Amino acid sequence: MLLIKKLTEAYGVSGDESGVRNLLREELTPYAEKIETDSLGNLYIKKGIGKKPRVMVAAHMDEIGLMVVGIESNGLLQVKTVGGVDERVLVSKPVVVGENHVPGVIGAKAIHLQKPHERKKPLEVEQLYIDIGVKNKEEAEKMVKIGDYAAFLATTHEIGDNCLIGKAMDNRVGCAILAELVKEDYDLELTAVFTVQEEIGLRGASVAAYNVHPDFALVLEGTTASDVAGVEDTGYVTKLGGGPAISIMDSSFIAPQKVINFLVETAKKLNLPFQLRRLTTAGTDAGAISQAHGGIPSAVISVPCRYLHSPTSIISLDDYENTLRLAKGVLMAIAEGGLSLEGFAEKIK
Amino acid sequence: MKDLLKKLSETYGPSGREEKIRQVIAGEIKDFVDEVFTDPLGNLYAVKKGKSTKIMVAAHMDEIGIIVTYIDKDGFLRFSNVGGVSPQILLGQRVTFGNGVVGSIGVEKLDDIKKLTLDKLYIDIGAKNKEEAEKLVKIGDIATYDREAAVMGTRVIGKAMDNRAGCAVVIEALRRLRETENEIYAVFTTQEEVGLRGSRTSSYRINPDLGLAVDVTLVGDTPEPPALNVALGKGAAIKVKDASVICHPKIKAMLSELAAKHKIPVQMEVLTAGGTDAGAIHLTREGVPSGVISIPCRYVHTPVEMVDLDDMENSVKLLTAFLSTSVKMQEAFPCALV
Repeated sequence: MLLIKKLTEAYGVSGDESGVRNLLREELTPYAEKIETDSLGNLYIKKGIGKKPRVMVAAHMDEIGLMVVGIESNGLLQVKTVGGVDERVLVSKPVVVGENHVPGVIGAKAIHLQKPHERKKPLEVEQLYIDIGVKNKEEAEKMVKIGDYAAFLATTHEIGDNCLIGKAMDNRVGCAILAELVKEDYDLELTAVFTVQEEIGLRGASVAAYNVHPDFALVLEGTTASDVAGVEDTGYVTKLGGGPAISIMDSSFIAPQKVINFLVETAKKLNLPFQLRRLTTAGTDAGAISQAHGGIPSAVISVPCRYLHSPTSIISLDDYENTLRLAKGVLMAIAEGGLSLEGFAEKIK
Repeated sequence: MKDLLKKLSETYGPSGREEKIRQVIAGEIKDFVDEVFTDPLGNLYAVKKGKSTKIMVAAHMDEIGIIVTYIDKDGFLRFSNVGGVSPQILLGQRVTFGNGVVGSIGVEKLDDIKKLTLDKLYIDIGAKNKEEAEKLVKIGDIATYDREAAVMGTRVIGKAMDNRAGCAVVIEALRRLRETENEIYAVFTTQEEVGLRGSRTSSYRINPDLGLAVDVTLVGDTPEPPALNVALGKGAAIKVKDASVICHPKIKAMLSELAAKHKIPVQMEVLTAGGTDAGAIHLTREGVPSGVISIPCRYVHTPVEMVDLDDMENSVKLLTAFLSTSVKMQEAFPCALV
């Protein structure tokens, strides 16, 4: 609970992940045989160096956010989105700007000043700005500069029936699980990779997979739980509290049937609840990893997450625990030879 | 070739689930090549050893399909697309899963056909309820069109001509090919329809000197057609460009010269949309000079795709000639100018 709270409250918009990276590095140094970063900012934690098979487990550190692209004469900051931001959730949200975490709020014309037709349409990001409470451009420039990132400001806390609410659940929930995985020992070579820039195109994972070149890769994610009002159950992607979600297909990746079967069997053996992720769009790091080098067998397990990409995402801590158990079980089973990795490339003649 | 094409067309093999079609193709080629193997993405490689230029020829073996996302209490299956599937084309179709289960595509009550989207459709496998349905299929299972191929003179009609026609051309070329200096890697690639994925990893693995894809292309020879130069029955098409690749001018020229020399009818193809495996191959590592031989095909991505056996025969001749030609890489594709 403490680690995921710390991780979700840290700032790390795509391209600016150092806050999250430093936290993880500090947390995991006692457990690592080797720690590395690369030029994109991916963090690699290695254990069991030299053992076989070589397994990479990845979780992306970055979150969606905004970037300052202009400062108006009245000191308001013009912004653009970084990653898949739902513009409808932006208005009135508190944010922090730049490396000094200058507090501000995403402002818009108050309702009194809006014309009737303006109230009917969600505001576009061009109509929004960040207000950091300064009088003019000169004052603003002392505190922030163009190119600074802005991230949602939100504290994480427990609500309801063992749920957690906060920002950046996508994908600090994966980071937290991966961090817990690293704390245990397995009879294989484990490279935990905390990747960067997933939200803007799986960029960190592309170079990380090239760099590590594992025999097998597991991606840990936060995925959409769409068991909410206005969605028929035929359209649910996952259900909150339904257990870890195993991916079959998304727009970046199709899981090999053998891998799906292996994950399902592992979950059944451990008596864990699980669900199959029922959306075939959106992408994860597995899209990039599975296509590195001559192809890498890959899998994705996700924690269902309501209101993804908003500062008020909700996860179930039961799902979190069960995803951790399943991921651990998968690594144990691979170490015991439960997934024949040779079978992925067959010599016929 | 028509029997081979019929067999390949009727075999199940949507993107990501190519096991069956891979087995069929492996059986067809293994006596004619030196090595056969697969990789983690399921690509099938057939190697003819040689000492000189390493040529990769790719034909994707996957076909479009639909994937089960939900099973309702009455046993109806909801689905999403795997590759470019149109809801209008699906109406009234019979589909099949890899395990032999067959279903009808049904549609919810609909006032306006223009409002037809995939989520208004479902698969009815004749199950009476969810429990019965779950014995036959599970979430994540993929179905393809269920269609026998028909031969009408030189024309063959059926599903998955995209790209089993290309697979048939490559298989036939491998059978006819005599000893050459070139080292030939024929790759029957996976997941082309969802983003050229198999060709990306297989070309990395092979690291070829030259790349050539064999795939179907759209035609402009039907009533009220799009403005396309390619016509059915007018020969193999030499691709100039599509949305994924601008073919290397030298490969284009080599193919044109070989066609003239061997009197093979060809047509030039400029495709404004769509892509093929050459799109991934030519960007591999430091870049691979690449081209495409296309087989004209009507009604692409429907269960009634139509190709012409003469076009395929001409494609085989052109491919065989290309693969047999000695290419001095340093002279033909110089990288350093001084």
